[in-house]
Amino acid sequence: MNNQLYKRRHVVNVVNMTVSVATTMFGLFWLAWLLWTLFFYGFEHVHWQVFTEATPPPGGQGGLANAIAGSLLLITVAMLIGTPIGVMAGTYLAEYGRYSRIAGVIRFINDVLLSAPSIILGVFVFEMVVVRMGHFSGWAGALALALIALPVMVRTTEDMMRLVPDGLREAAAALGAPRWKVISHVVFRAARSGILTGILLSVARISGETAPLLFTALNNQFWSSSLNKPIANLPVVIFQFAMSPYDDWQHLAWAGALIITLGILVLNIIARVFLRPQERN
Amino acid sequence: MSALMPMSRDKPSTTTDRQSTWRDRIFSGFSHLSAASVLLILTAILISLVAGAWPSIREFGFGFLTSSEWNPVTQHYGAVVSIFGTLMTSFIAMLIGIPVSFGIALFITELCPNWFKRPLGIAIELLAAVPSIIYGMWGLFVFAPLFADHVQPWVTDHLGGWPLIGALFQGPPLGIGMFTAGMILSIMVIPFMAAVMRDIFDVVPAVLKESAYGVGATTWEVTRHVILPYTKVGVVGGIMLGLGRAMGETMAVTFVIGNANNISSSLFMPGNTISSAIANQFTEADGVLYTSSLIELGLILFFVSFIVLSLSKLMLMRLAAGEGKHT
Amino acid sequence: MNYNTYTGTIGFNTFQDTLMDSADTPETVHAKVGEKMMKIEIRDLNFYYGRFHALHNISMGIRKNRITAFIGPSGCGKSTLLRCLNRVYDLYPRQRAVGEIIMDGRNILDRKEKLDLLRARVGMVFQKPTPFPMSVYDNIAFGVRLYERLSAAEMDARVEWALRKAAIWAEVKDKLRQSGMALSGGQQQRLCIARAIAIKPEVLLLDEPASALDPISTLKIEELLDELRNDYTIAIVTHNLQQAGRVADYTAFMYLGGLIEYADNETMFTNPADKRTNDYITGRFG
Repeated sequence: MNNQLYKRRHVVNVVNMTVSVATTMFGLFWLAWLLWTLFFYGFEHVHWQVFTEATPPPGGQGGLANAIAGSLLLITVAMLIGTPIGVMAGTYLAEYGRYSRIAGVIRFINDVLLSAPSIILGVFVFEMVVVRMGHFSGWAGALALALIALPVMVRTTEDMMRLVPDGLREAAAALGAPRWKVISHVVFRAARSGILTGILLSVARISGETAPLLFTALNNQFWSSSLNKPIANLPVVIFQFAMSPYDDWQHLAWAGALIITLGILVLNIIARVFLRPQERN
Repeated sequence: MSALMPMSRDKPSTTTDRQSTWRDRIFSGFSHLSAASVLLILTAILISLVAGAWPSIREFGFGFLTSSEWNPVTQHYGAVVSIFGTLMTSFIAMLIGIPVSFGIALFITELCPNWFKRPLGIAIELLAAVPSIIYGMWGLFVFAPLFADHVQPWVTDHLGGWPLIGALFQGPPLGIGMFTAGMILSIMVIPFMAAVMRDIFDVVPAVLKESAYGVGATTWEVTRHVILPYTKVGVVGGIMLGLGRAMGETMAVTFVIGNANNISSSLFMPGNTISSAIANQFTEADGVLYTSSLIELGLILFFVSFIVLSLSKLMLMRLAAGEGKHT
Repeated sequence: MNYNTYTGTIGFNTFQDTLMDSADTPETVHAKVGEKMMKIEIRDLNFYYGRFHALHNISMGIRKNRITAFIGPSGCGKSTLLRCLNRVYDLYPRQRAVGEIIMDGRNILDRKEKLDLLRARVGMVFQKPTPFPMSVYDNIAFGVRLYERLSAAEMDARVEWALRKAAIWAEVKDKLRQSGMALSGGQQQRLCIARAIAIKPEVLLLDEPASALDPISTLKIEELLDELRNDYTIAIVTHNLQQAGRVADYTAFMYLGGLIEYADNETMFTNPADKRTNDYITGRFG
């Protein structure tokens, strides 16, 4: 009798474990295939012109340089807007508002915004900025990206600052330091690698976002450094080119996709190299 | 007196005293304001969406939610097709995604040999960071053609004749359509949900699992009787988080959904989701009513995902708070 | 304990430098005490963590330029009392103190008291070493820079002075630019002591400063306190009775949030008045 029970349990276990391994391989299979395709098609079509020439008209030769430059500009402006507000909001949650109930509400709302559909943020910025200004612009695009980066910054900053032990705060206060100096000179400093990681992860997140740029920054076929007009950016260019029937454009789309993905992976890896030592401390 | 420095007790710079209070206030004020801006943004989004959708709300009222018409020529719009598409693709994504992410999370936490755990975990997290437009492109250029050439005809021929479920597999082998979109969406959501679930499974204290293994339980039994009850609430929360993400996804779906205002019982037919409808049509929408209807779609999506994400957050908070209390 | 019984039961007359003679009345004692001898006078201090009443009607005086130790079993309130003296509890909204603590003629528990300035005069060293995430040099300079403008040379001199006083100069003089967190536990704690001394406070509070340290570091810290004795008013909380006996001039025994006995060390450790004190010191309970 015992033997039967044992055998049955054993079989159930083996079946379920096999299913677990099988599903893992199933999932990894698709993801591996996807990455392989990306690298294969992408590398095939990446050449140095991609980085030097602007986007071509349909059927023409060219590169993605203006889109890359435009994206970098949008990301920079978005982070310039989003980082201070995000860090200071995280500071509120970790320091001033630590025991207050409204801080709990803000934290909750922030986490919901973190996962909210990015296209809605694009629509929001469209209504607020594009309609008011009367035209699409780089400012609108940067603002939309800033709105996506903000919750990430708030969350990471709060988490990292909470890891700083209270003893450090007490020691600084005990020397007579005013509250703002305790926070800015001691707590920020202690949490700085974590906050930096948050910045890297935010940049990685917004550099791949397409939907919010679709109707804010739009796209621009030419070089443009003015944020007041539509500005070329990589994700929207990829979208446009990929959906088009032209081979040259599709090749550039793959090249662009590879560039974005590599950039994001590199940022994530750097962030991990920064973050792990912090956790161990 | 030993050789000590003269004890000058005078504390100079009384100016720092007043300045400090002023600086303290500015710093604190900036911090409070930034935190308030989070609330402000949410409110502003809500208000602007409602304002933008107002012409459509006023024109169609509740009929918007029941009409499946979407005609820019006659200016009649209804949300049914898009809502159906969003729900359907998310459902398919969850159907495939939940077991797979669960299996991966289980594998990483219990079955994986130690030397492989870290790399695999990192690989999953990196995959979760890949932008959705990549998934969309891959779906359009790689998956869809293969699906159309090799899989679809087989399925339509063999399963299309079956009584009930046959209706799901009708239609020409386009490659794109509801199922493809759901499939691509599931592939996109899997790394994200697997990472979340793995984090949730990690919450279970090692001593608990060790006690179970210690009495001779098999891995599956430990999972079913120790890990799952302990993390029940969290797992549901993680699933809802994945669902929230799936519903709001735009780029992974837009490439392969077909952008057709069409509801069909077949999974192989093209359709529309809320986000793909907005993405595809927003810049070409002329006229107030057209744009406003698209915004109303966005409002509906915002509401639904807000509710789903809030529920998920509540559950994840409950997991963190009452760990293991409710088994 | 009101002030009269306090002067009656505590053996003031056994002090070497007698505070009062038989002609003194409570009023004259109070005058003497308030003016020169006592740096800090605590009157009817009660402390609450939320609803929990942690300190009950503490009244005592802390002698200027002497070392006063606080002993007692865990949870008796000695750390709580110490933390009232620089109002560090103010960082936490649910903690509050009721009563008076008079220092240099002013009640520091008053709401209008400027905490930053108070804490610049009352230094504190915590149980766990808390080096700031900065270089050793900057750790020391941080507190000094808050209230004084020194030239680079003056600052260098001050940093060296503080590190010498803390008996750590020799070990770190080549490592001034390295992170303070790279030092060993004992070194970190001496760094924290140097940091507290560098701002030249009038009072130094030490909350079990050596409990996390090895015996050699502990010895160094005790030697340091001996050297600082005549220039600072020092209050030290310790659960190590022998340490209190070695280091302090006066000891206060606390139990369950109340001050049970307070006397000079000789009386306290050889002939305590209260039975509970005796039981604790002889180890009948801990």
